[in-house]
Amino acid sequence: MIDMTSILAPWTTLTLASEGAAGAGPSGMLTWAVPGLTLLATVLCGLCAAFKVKSKLPAWITVACLAGSFAAIVKTYLDFGSTHQAIAHAFDWFNIQATVGKSPVNLVASFSFFIDPLTLTWMLFVTGLATLIALYASEYMSHDVGAGYCRFFAAFNLFVFSMSCLVMGDNLILLYLGWEGVGLCSYLLIGYFYKKPSAVAAAKKAFIVNRIGDLFLALGIFLTFVHFGSVEYKVIFAEAAKYVEMLRIGRFEEIPFIVQLIPLLLMVGAFGKSAQLPLYVWLPDAMEGPTPVSALIHAATMVTAGVYLIARTYPLFLCSEYALPTVAWVGSLTALLAATIGMAQFDIKRIMAYSTVSQLGYMFAGLAVLSNVGGVFHVVTHAFFKALLFLCCGAVMHGFGGQLDLRKLSGVAKMKGWLVVSIGMFVGCINLAGVPFTAGFFSKDMILAEAFVTPGMAPIGWILLFTAGLTAYYTFRVFFRVFVGPQHYEMGEESHGDDHGHAHGHDHAHGHDKAHDHAKHDSHGGHGNHPHAPGWAINAVLATLAVLSIAAAGLNFIGPKPMQGHGGTVASMVQHSSTSFTSPFAHHEGGHDAGHGESDGHEAHATVKPFVPGPWAAHATLGEAPHAGSFLGQDPHGEVLGVGLMYWVSGVVGFIGIAIAFVLHFMGRTTAAKSKADGLLPAFGPLASWAQHKWYVDEFYDFLIKRPILVLSHIFHVIDALLVDGLVNLVGATPRFIGKALRPSQSGRLHEYATGMAGGLAMILLIVLVVTTLLKHV
Amino acid sequence: MSVLLTNATELIASTTLAQTGFPDPMASGILSHYLFVSAALFTIGLIGFLTRRNLIIMFLCTELMFQAAGIALVAFGRYHLDFTGQTFLIFVLTVAAAEAAMALALVVLLFRRRETLDAEDWTDLKG
Repeated sequence: MIDMTSILAPWTTLTLASEGAAGAGPSGMLTWAVPGLTLLATVLCGLCAAFKVKSKLPAWITVACLAGSFAAIVKTYLDFGSTHQAIAHAFDWFNIQATVGKSPVNLVASFSFFIDPLTLTWMLFVTGLATLIALYASEYMSHDVGAGYCRFFAAFNLFVFSMSCLVMGDNLILLYLGWEGVGLCSYLLIGYFYKKPSAVAAAKKAFIVNRIGDLFLALGIFLTFVHFGSVEYKVIFAEAAKYVEMLRIGRFEEIPFIVQLIPLLLMVGAFGKSAQLPLYVWLPDAMEGPTPVSALIHAATMVTAGVYLIARTYPLFLCSEYALPTVAWVGSLTALLAATIGMAQFDIKRIMAYSTVSQLGYMFAGLAVLSNVGGVFHVVTHAFFKALLFLCCGAVMHGFGGQLDLRKLSGVAKMKGWLVVSIGMFVGCINLAGVPFTAGFFSKDMILAEAFVTPGMAPIGWILLFTAGLTAYYTFRVFFRVFVGPQHYEMGEESHGDDHGHAHGHDHAHGHDKAHDHAKHDSHGGHGNHPHAPGWAINAVLATLAVLSIAAAGLNFIGPKPMQGHGGTVASMVQHSSTSFTSPFAHHEGGHDAGHGESDGHEAHATVKPFVPGPWAAHATLGEAPHAGSFLGQDPHGEVLGVGLMYWVSGVVGFIGIAIAFVLHFMGRTTAAKSKADGLLPAFGPLASWAQHKWYVDEFYDFLIKRPILVLSHIFHVIDALLVDGLVNLVGATPRFIGKALRPSQSGRLHEYATGMAGGLAMILLIVLVVTTLLKHV
Repeated sequence: MSVLLTNATELIASTTLAQTGFPDPMASGILSHYLFVSAALFTIGLIGFLTRRNLIIMFLCTELMFQAAGIALVAFGRYHLDFTGQTFLIFVLTVAAAEAAMALALVVLLFRRRETLDAEDWTDLKG
């Protein structure tokens, strides 16, 4: 018998856990170091800007403060382990009592942090990656030292502060504060090169598209407050436990409509922030920002905020009939769409951006097919290898003067000083492609296996499997084109950013071997037209990230006994948080009673009435519990030749993708610009060019939304100029008009005044006469 | 004692009036004759003030208007058998005289400014 209390055990016992004071477990007050230090760093960087600091001081402040935050989180994790939860309360923020009609209404949202294993998982990689990327940025942005440098790091720190509020907040209002804060910092950082119109436009686009999602999130929060009477997690999930109980005993129809509606609203908010259909269009354009920004914000942290939201409010999603299937379909379709676009792009950063969108689709799909462990684990592994990939692309861009076109770069690995970058890129690529025994492989597999197991989600599984093949293909397309093969490079148009105003013209230095005989063209003191290999900071960060990406695979195997091999540490942490849930459809090798993924050692038996979450509960109430699905008739978790079946399948698919990329982009390639793939393009007809034009989605939005709004705004502009301005001008013109009319009466001539007086007197006398006569008769 | 005083004032008042010859009440039609004269005089003065350009003539017309008012005052006083009308007329005449002195002094000053007594010449306060 599945013990239902164990599913939401962390929540029902939450009030017993320590609340920041002496209690049953450690207090979470150390986590206050994170917002504290990051705010301090923001202020200090602001002061650096005010004092016109021209050194790398802001960068060192940032790295120090972020390292301190990371240390605080690590200490908290060591104290808490995977089992404790706590609320660390700082100060009251909203504490409003009111009466609506006859009932009292109480809005309590305080600045408290909710520390549970899910929070710690997120904060560990957020602060860790932020520290590393800050170190990377210290060198990457060094050409901009001065006001721009300070501005960059101030916004960077503000971002980490907002992210910590988002992830650690104990109520939805604090989450929303962080949500908006990360959106703002994303805008500030994408638009960092504010003199570039394309960057400014990209920043605006990101902010506006995010805003659309934020609207729905806000509506979701309002509805949550209306129904549950509170926005705090502890209250909401305690109530949600009751609805989950209803699901268990088969009374699904009694779950109120509002509770089913809330996840649908929250989900749209998550789609906006995490770039899913239809709100993903901002992410590729966001590559206009500097690469550290792309790595931190648009690969590892901000875009996972949507996934975090769904993971955090998972109990609510379980109660809703349509929420999880919608998320699954949107996630998988986004994954497929983005992968097809990524296959046809030439800008390596943009390919990585579409890859991010695609992988985020995986994460959403993972959560939606009831593989909460898979989804969260994929977030963690993806954060590492995607940041690594972006930073490598950034190093290439930095070294080749802004060149990102893979038709113009080749054989970088063999160039002097680029070895670390190449190795890093290789590690990232194998993770992304899901080569067996890498971290990305395990996390992706968990999702795929669960997709086939959960009833009705098999099409999702097939889409994701096909996308995995495409992912492997486009990832290694980049690797085989840029890093191996004949050596060739063309320098980009900007040497170290725009701020130097060098007159480059189109100086393409074609270097076919290592000997660069272009010294006589070098008039910029050592940078000039030569690629320059990255310095110690960049190499150190890339090396660290590469090691971490490989080590992340070990996370799958370290952890409490029942979860080893099935998510390990991360699984244990997820299952002790609000996201804890065990799909009734999941089987694992070695029997069903092994108690996989259960907290507190309760065993999982499939009994007469299994706990069936929202999307399938309707079937269960009709009497037939849905059966677990399978992959082509086999249990995907089942063992074949000692390893799970799914491992074999996705491994094979991944290798097929890599092999195709190898044949098309490496074998027989003699130049940078062309490969065998170009010869195949006509076979795809118009599809290839449509994919390269991003399926014209931006143009579609332009037609559907932007044009009508522009027309509407022109109309409003005319109304404003004519009507509103007209009225105001009228108000101003009236006294002038009256004055002009009355001025002739002041002629300065005595007789006219006297005549006026006499006339007035006569008039008054007449009126008096008439009125008195009339009155006498009346 | 107070009764004695009241009687005494009544006696003095009635004696005074009887001795000087209390006039007979005026017939109601007669009053309008006096008022007509007053009105005619006032109108002539007004029109003269509005039409004439010579400053001194204009002043003369204002004096005419004063006198018209005076006639009206006295007529009403006689009609209501009250001396107040005449008393006020003394004040009016005094004011008229003072004003005459003032106005003529101003006219002299104006004449010194521009060698003309034409009222039309002074339009500095235009606009």
